[in-house]
Amino acid sequence: MTRIIPCLDVSSGRVVKGIKFQDLRDAGDPVECAMRYEEQGADELCLLDVSATPEGRANGTETVAAVRRALGIPLTVGGGVRRVEDAERLLAAGADKVAVNSAAVDRPALLTEIQARLGAQCTILALDAARLDANDPSRGWEVVVHGGRTRTGVDAVQWARDAVAAGAGELLATSWDRDGTGEGYDIELLAALGAAVSVPIIASGGAKSAAHMARALDAGASAVLAASIFHDAETTVGAVKQDLARLGATVRAPFAVTTTTPQS
Amino acid sequence: MSAPTVAIAATGVANVASVKACLERLGAEPLLTLDPVVLENARAVVLPGVGAFAAGVEALNRAGVADLLVARAREGRALLSICLGMQLLATSSEEAPGLKGLGVLHAPVERLRGAPRLPHFGWNAVEVEDNPSALLRRGEAYFAHTYAMTPSETLEANGWRVARATEGSTFVAAVERGGTLACQFHPELSGAWGAALVQRWLQRAFDEDPSSRAIGAGGLSWS
Repeated sequence: MTRIIPCLDVSSGRVVKGIKFQDLRDAGDPVECAMRYEEQGADELCLLDVSATPEGRANGTETVAAVRRALGIPLTVGGGVRRVEDAERLLAAGADKVAVNSAAVDRPALLTEIQARLGAQCTILALDAARLDANDPSRGWEVVVHGGRTRTGVDAVQWARDAVAAGAGELLATSWDRDGTGEGYDIELLAALGAAVSVPIIASGGAKSAAHMARALDAGASAVLAASIFHDAETTVGAVKQDLARLGATVRAPFAVTTTTPQS
Repeated sequence: MSAPTVAIAATGVANVASVKACLERLGAEPLLTLDPVVLENARAVVLPGVGAFAAGVEALNRAGVADLLVARAREGRALLSICLGMQLLATSSEEAPGLKGLGVLHAPVERLRGAPRLPHFGWNAVEVEDNPSALLRRGEAYFAHTYAMTPSETLEANGWRVARATEGSTFVAAVERGGTLACQFHPELSGAWGAALVQRWLQRAFDEDPSSRAIGAGGLSWS
């Protein structure tokens, strides 16, 4: 069943959104956004602290804890995870999965350490990939880190294989070329990664429509992540799911019953 | 303490924060503990779990709580076992050949066969016979696992009500008997459907307690 994952890029406790990881602007309160997306039918939520790594600090746990108190669906958190202790701290605050990016490129054993301590189910590799030639996917992709500020020269597909061998249980694959552009996911990137590894792949970067998402699923992605289209209220998770169902994808049906409000 | 309690068996870094948040949203005030006395006397116990089968069995044995959890499940007292917590109740797991589980559920845990990708992350349909008085109902639940319990007639023969799900092959999504509920999926992460299931489990746990204050037009109270 296809997973639709709204992503909250958080900086200093606020949801932000930029283009190609830059030019951040305010997009709301994380808890309000999280609850709205769950009500709309989101299957998971992703919370990335985009300011954590460039500013050289660990992810703040207050936002994670506040979102967790309200949220009844899975929560992936990333940003600034450099040590296994950072991952433990995020899980303790309420994350269900931890996404590791730059630090794992520097030291792949970090994935092994997190997997050994917390399980492969908690260990997500956030892979930001940029095309070597924007117009020719056959040239391949390289890994970019530090919020897109640094190109590493590391082959993205080989890095995905190595990361899964090291312990990653899922890939969050973001196209640096497409992030925030609305041009659609990098389908060739998803297909290359899907052929290279057996763990689930979350498509990220460039989604504007359900049609983009359907193409990513056809290419082998298990889940689709989007931010701008939901933040800007261009559409809702529910509307995207209806469109995806019409395009042939299997999506989770809405569950109408609301839970009892705590009264104790 | 005289008030009925909900205790979460804190075996390590499991999905404790999510379970705790779910219980709190339902009005409970769960205690995180590995104290055998507290776990024995708690009205309801949650056994969460993420991670490896061998480490989970070892954690329960080291804390000296394995036997009391087995007794609780055999007696049908309120126990909610989640994900690895459910697998620990099995006789064995392919993940750790030769190691015995707690043996409450007479069925083996095996690697999911035929799943397109592993680990299996995602929402799947939970299939179970309709019964409005039961805890388990049809719906869609969130799973995050690589291993699962293989359906076995022994489960039904032992009085367990069995719900199934399919990812490549059909596996046991959950079982219930009395106040004991074991879920391969994460009810605490399964949105409103999962919260309603946990609410029914709590309701059953506290309905059986004559001192319970769990009735009232303004809502439910478990603390």
